Amino acid sequence: MKNKNLIIAALAIVTFSFASCDNSSNKSDNAGALSGNMAERAYVAPGEHDEFYSFISGGFSGQLSVYGLPSGRLFKVIPVFSQDAEKAYGYNEETKPMLNTSYGFVPWDDSHHPDISQTAGELDGRWVFINGNNTPRIAKIDLTTFETTEIIELPNSAGNHSSSFVTENTEYVVAGTRFSVPVPQRDMPIDEYKGNFKGALSFISVDPEEGHMNLEFQILMPGFNYDLSHPGRGKSHGWFFFSTYNTEEGHTLLEVNASQNDKDFIAAVNWKKIEEYVKNGGGKKMPTNYAHNVYDEKTHMATSTMKKEVVVVDPLEVPGAVYLLPTPKSPHGCDVDPSGEYIVGSGKLSANLTIHSFTKMLAAIENEKFAGDAYGIPILNFEDVMEGTVVQPGLGPLHTEFDGKGNAYTTFFISSEVVKWKLGTWEVLDRKPTYYSVGHLMIPGGNSRAPFGKYLVAMNKITKDRYIPTGPEVTQSAQLFDISGDKMEMILDFPTIGEPHYAAGIPADLLKPNSRKIFKLEENEHPFVAKSEKEAKVVRDGNTVHVYMTMIRSHFAPDNIEGIQMGDKVYFHVTNLEQDYDVPHGISMIGANTSELLIMPGQTETFTWEPKGEGVWPFYCTDFCSALHQEMQGYVRVSPKGSDVSMKWTLDDEWYDSE
Amino acid sequence: MKIKAKFIMILAALLPLSLFFLPLWNITLEAPQYPDDLGMDIWINKIADHEPNDIQNINLMNHYVGMKNIPEHMAEFDIFPIVVGAMSVLGLVIAFLNKRKLYLAWFILFAILGAIGMYDFYLWEYDYGHDLNEHAAIKFLDAEGNPLDYQPPLIGNATILNFVAKSWPMSGAYLLFTGMFFSVVAFVVGKKEETST
Repeated sequence: MKNKNLIIAALAIVTFSFASCDNSSNKSDNAGALSGNMAERAYVAPGEHDEFYSFISGGFSGQLSVYGLPSGRLFKVIPVFSQDAEKAYGYNEETKPMLNTSYGFVPWDDSHHPDISQTAGELDGRWVFINGNNTPRIAKIDLTTFETTEIIELPNSAGNHSSSFVTENTEYVVAGTRFSVPVPQRDMPIDEYKGNFKGALSFISVDPEEGHMNLEFQILMPGFNYDLSHPGRGKSHGWFFFSTYNTEEGHTLLEVNASQNDKDFIAAVNWKKIEEYVKNGGGKKMPTNYAHNVYDEKTHMATSTMKKEVVVVDPLEVPGAVYLLPTPKSPHGCDVDPSGEYIVGSGKLSANLTIHSFTKMLAAIENEKFAGDAYGIPILNFEDVMEGTVVQPGLGPLHTEFDGKGNAYTTFFISSEVVKWKLGTWEVLDRKPTYYSVGHLMIPGGNSRAPFGKYLVAMNKITKDRYIPTGPEVTQSAQLFDISGDKMEMILDFPTIGEPHYAAGIPADLLKPNSRKIFKLEENEHPFVAKSEKEAKVVRDGNTVHVYMTMIRSHFAPDNIEGIQMGDKVYFHVTNLEQDYDVPHGISMIGANTSELLIMPGQTETFTWEPKGEGVWPFYCTDFCSALHQEMQGYVRVSPKGSDVSMKWTLDDEWYDSE
Repeated sequence: MKIKAKFIMILAALLPLSLFFLPLWNITLEAPQYPDDLGMDIWINKIADHEPNDIQNINLMNHYVGMKNIPEHMAEFDIFPIVVGAMSVLGLVIAFLNKRKLYLAWFILFAILGAIGMYDFYLWEYDYGHDLNEHAAIKFLDAEGNPLDYQPPLIGNATILNFVAKSWPMSGAYLLFTGMFFSVVAFVVGKKEETST
């Protein structure tokens, strides 16, 4: 017995020394995942569930992907800002309004920063928000259905980048503009930018019950670029922090002209003060035009409403609401630690990290010690607000997340690494290379009061030789680190869609029990629903024909239709009568100039078909639904315009007609 | 005299009434691709979903091999409540007549009626599992080349194709059995009370 213990102790020492040796060497990556049972730690056995969901932005795909951690398995790509032919998102009549904007239908965007709703500063798992960068929008995804249920456009904004971060109780989802632009838009010389362009910071309230979003107010800031933002929490709840660059207000060759100032700013906004000001009638109602699109889970349809007015706030009219914190060299990330005390500015052209203190900031404001002002907004002294510096941790710092155990983790783009450092002492504890040029990183709950400091995902901008090549365009790459020990250990390397920007992670146990399995047929309020085969019918209205169709294993009702004529516009309103988990059906018609429909149990969706020729045209189920899936099909007969073939339909040769 | 026996017999007569509030029997189908199982609860007046939509999903699955839908109405659903109600009333009358031999008679009558009910259940199961639509999409044969049947077990577990079918009594049945058992207890206790007086 004693001997056995000795052997175990010896083994433990060997393992430990092997592991530490492993960590100190950059060659560890090649030492193989089997060392230190790394493969085992990322392995989720068949049939087992992952411990975390991670919502990784789809970047220029415009979507949001759902990966499991630690396995790195892709479970779903949620269509958000881009059309998705697989799911008919933006193709079927029900979801086309989701992509409506003041510019008309926009089928694509660049999705950036997902953030999960919070209550009392902790993840509550109700919704995830994400910003569309190009045509400024904020989307809300419901985490019971994992579907986009609301999109709100932002006027006066351009390059909606410092978004979409939520306040401690999801009072607001906040969005800042990257580009400053003329507000309102007008025809003017570009070189008159300086002093004339404005940067809008948008505060969108979130209804605590239904999650409906409303653009409450926009703060019109000086014409800088607003890069990223994060909420205050705990003691700093009620404030929001935005990093800025191009405080030079350059309008051309920004790579030079926006990199001249030694320091730019982090703008600290007391949103509670401005909220109160607006509540008391402050601000100016400005005519504008933006879309608000809402998907209703009962009607299974989206509606788009054009809003015509927005409240804009001049920060100078709310004394004490906005201050500028000098921060070196074009800060990118602007991250707030779990306690709400430290605001980390990652000067991307600097070698150091700057950490401001919220307490010091309040004291400086109290003492009215200002270094000057920018367009009337007070600038605090760098020395008065700066708490510490992480000295030369790497090159090109971008983003910081926290593990809730007093440590921070920052990505360095230029030197391709993640660096772990200690809050308070600012000492570097560990560094690990990434492959390559890491942008964002994510720790589940890392942007909240209570992070789950077990895993860290690094999302890289460049992939090069990491995977088997696929021509000039290669996949994106992410690396998973186990951060439960003193040293970070890379345990998995997995490809991601688009170019992932930020991600948001949450324990699976917080979402799994709420995940919907079906839509209840009896709750379906779609205006063209057929809740049983008896309700299936075909109705002509001039040249428009509405087909009320049902689908259930393994047939359509009706599956033979006659009386369609050339020149008709045929709407197929198709209801999936199934009430069983994971039994969707699909449908598509030969030559239809649109996508398939993929209809979940209890749901109704609509596609449009304008026949191009006389004949008998087939349609079929596109989702392998059952052993008789290949039998799930039907025909539509198309006759010449004015033909006397009567409108009739059948399932199993029991013909009905429209008379 | 015979107060205890009378009380027990009243209880015996009342317990079957629980069948108006609780299901009698359950048949559950288990298969790997149905992690939540499919189940139907048999009541004295209906066959109901164990979980929402289970019957629709059982019907959808069974129609491939030509099985009929689970009936929404059967004659038994009208008869069983009358029989159970009548037996309870009869039991109460007997309790107040306070003749202990009638307790035993009530038990025997109920046992006979129960056996008839089980036989009827078996007949329905036989028909459900054997009377298949001749146009069924899938027709399986057994080793001898005869059409396979899909009859669920009367009681117990059985494998039917890719499913395990489990047929077991539910709470209502257990309370019914308890009531019947109590009538025997009343008979025995009554005897003791008679000899002690």
